[in-house]
Amino acid sequence: MAADEKASLFELRRAQPAFRGLEAGHLACQGCGQALGARLVTEAAGPDVIVANATGCLEVFTTAWPRTAWRVPWIHSLFENAPAIASGIEAALKAQGRLTKVVAMGGDGGTFDIGLQALSGMLERNHNVLYVCFDNEAYMNTGIQRSSSTPHAAMTTTSPAGKARMGKRHLKKDLLSIIAAHHIPYAATASVAYPSDLRKKVRRGLEIEGAAFLLVHSPCPLGWGHDGALTVEVARLAVETGVFPMLEMERGDVVAVMQIRNVRPVTDYLKLQDRFSHLFDESPEARVELEHLQALADHHIEVYGLRGTSPDPRDSEGADTVRRGGLRWG
Amino acid sequence: MLEALEGSAAIAKAVALCRPQVLSAYPITPQTHIVENLASLVADGQLRAEMVSVESEFSAASVVLGAAACGSRAYTASSAQGILLMTEVLYNVAGLRVPVVLTCANRAISAPVSAWNDQQDSMSVRDAGWIQLYCASNQEAVDTTIQAFRIAERCELPVMVCVDGYILTHTLEPIDIPTQEQVDAFLPPYRFSRMLDPLRPISIGNLVTPEYYAEARYAHHQALLRAKDEIEAADRDWAKVCGRRSGGLLSVEGPDDARIGILTIGSVLGTLADAREEYPDPPAKLLKLRSMRPFPADAIRHACRGLSDLVVLERALSMGSGGIIGAEVRSALFGEPNPPRVHNFAAGLGGRDMPLEIYPRLLKAAEAPEPTRFAIMDVELQKLPETER
Repeated sequence: MAADEKASLFELRRAQPAFRGLEAGHLACQGCGQALGARLVTEAAGPDVIVANATGCLEVFTTAWPRTAWRVPWIHSLFENAPAIASGIEAALKAQGRLTKVVAMGGDGGTFDIGLQALSGMLERNHNVLYVCFDNEAYMNTGIQRSSSTPHAAMTTTSPAGKARMGKRHLKKDLLSIIAAHHIPYAATASVAYPSDLRKKVRRGLEIEGAAFLLVHSPCPLGWGHDGALTVEVARLAVETGVFPMLEMERGDVVAVMQIRNVRPVTDYLKLQDRFSHLFDESPEARVELEHLQALADHHIEVYGLRGTSPDPRDSEGADTVRRGGLRWG
Repeated sequence: MLEALEGSAAIAKAVALCRPQVLSAYPITPQTHIVENLASLVADGQLRAEMVSVESEFSAASVVLGAAACGSRAYTASSAQGILLMTEVLYNVAGLRVPVVLTCANRAISAPVSAWNDQQDSMSVRDAGWIQLYCASNQEAVDTTIQAFRIAERCELPVMVCVDGYILTHTLEPIDIPTQEQVDAFLPPYRFSRMLDPLRPISIGNLVTPEYYAEARYAHHQALLRAKDEIEAADRDWAKVCGRRSGGLLSVEGPDDARIGILTIGSVLGTLADAREEYPDPPAKLLKLRSMRPFPADAIRHACRGLSDLVVLERALSMGSGGIIGAEVRSALFGEPNPPRVHNFAAGLGGRDMPLEIYPRLLKAAEAPEPTRFAIMDVELQKLPETER
């Protein structure tokens, strides 16, 4: 590599973290959790990365030709192959002796469902790639169809609620356990409601040598049926109720959790979203499903030890302070 | 220097001489020996490349796409079901105009499941936007593989090198493997013009609205048509290095005054060339189709001048229609002042042997009062129930 290229790369790396890899002006809906998540990930990753993006909202709203919102090199191939594209990029970088980082991005459809095989392959081969799944719990790009990540009892266009059904009949796939079974160096969950925590996990995932996986809970106002202004609030409630556990794993073992300072009932989370509105009609079936969802959250709290015992700067309230100025609103 | 080599081993050596940086594959018979040989070369330190052994053909094609987009010379190989599984990626690689080279060890498609040779696999993806070159011998497979990298890189198009499974891949032949110096002189190090690079960030694979899609398709189609010159040039220039030609787009053998022509593709050309010596009468020309995509319609028209009958023999078919190459040859000849009659046959499906004796049958078919639009020449109807004959 030429000396001036090395100097430019050094400058690029020094620009972190002020650098913004995903610019404003794209076509995402108001309050899009994925847009927020992708911006936070690219901020933390810095400019010296290559992004491989699975088909989905993120690809569609950021790259309508001839425009692009990406300031980092970016490639979209297909729906189910982002991990394999990232594997190829990483292999090429290794062969060329380049140190650029590789980030793969996909939604839950591309990750939990159609791309799961390619993801498993990438993790098994331990490519030096950070795979980020923006989990908005349904196929939003095609119009809100159920995925294996859709929570139990949630309404989607292919798991509607009706006289005979209470929304999705099956459980949300426990992807994290599948990831854990690959014993990769680092895996974590994060939420767009906790930006500094998310950034820290992205940096961690990129620092370590080998495959890393990050599941980012990303509300979709359109698909979940909540006000776009409440995206962060809804995401935070998913954490505070135990619905979405915040974890870090090394080689498949949980090594850290974000504890919940004040555990909230799941109905606080559910009632803000139209996809769960059928659970509030006072019917016996609805009551059963509410109990079911509460039990699932309780199970997370139990198995991952999420209940906080004393205030902690890293718990669900402490981690919510904005580092670069000011405290949490309200 | 001539060496007795299995086709697959020779192809692997040719690939290694091209200094690929990333190799990726998933095992499928009859492609396996190629990637096994490459893996050995990597393991022995004779080839410095990243070998990514993936969990499916879909990922194999995706890995070489990612690697090539990131600026590395990349190679994969597959067959039959593997080609079908990676079809979505094949279209994508081509549409993104990323240069990779793939060897297709031709094999029949399931169902019924067959592990044997025909060309239904590569023919099924002929419209994916790849350059497709078919080899008549293992020497051609070696030379075409080396040419393929240059063609791919100069045209920014992927190239599929098609070799008949077993008949070529598993057959020992005396083969001249060129030297590293020869290949280096022909194939310089390569830098992809749209490579993924943080210093020059671009977006590849954007969403394209109806406003631009047709233009992208037009540009891709034109690139394939223009690739004809590069295919001819690569063959010419490689001949200057090693003294051999592989047949450009289409090559013709046989007496100038022959009135009958036989056009075919792949390894059966070797059989027919031998048969021609055994059956010199009536004299016939052999039209050797090497490039299926881009399709050399001009060269076919030119080669057919003076012919009264052209027999098109192929190892695949479009079910519900008939011959694939036959239909394209007829279309190429349409509107010519005195076109030959076209007789179209498939044979050798699912590994059925094509012996020398097929040659006199083809010549006899050319004498038929009415040309055969399409028939499977070696089908044995007595094996079928009455109702299906």
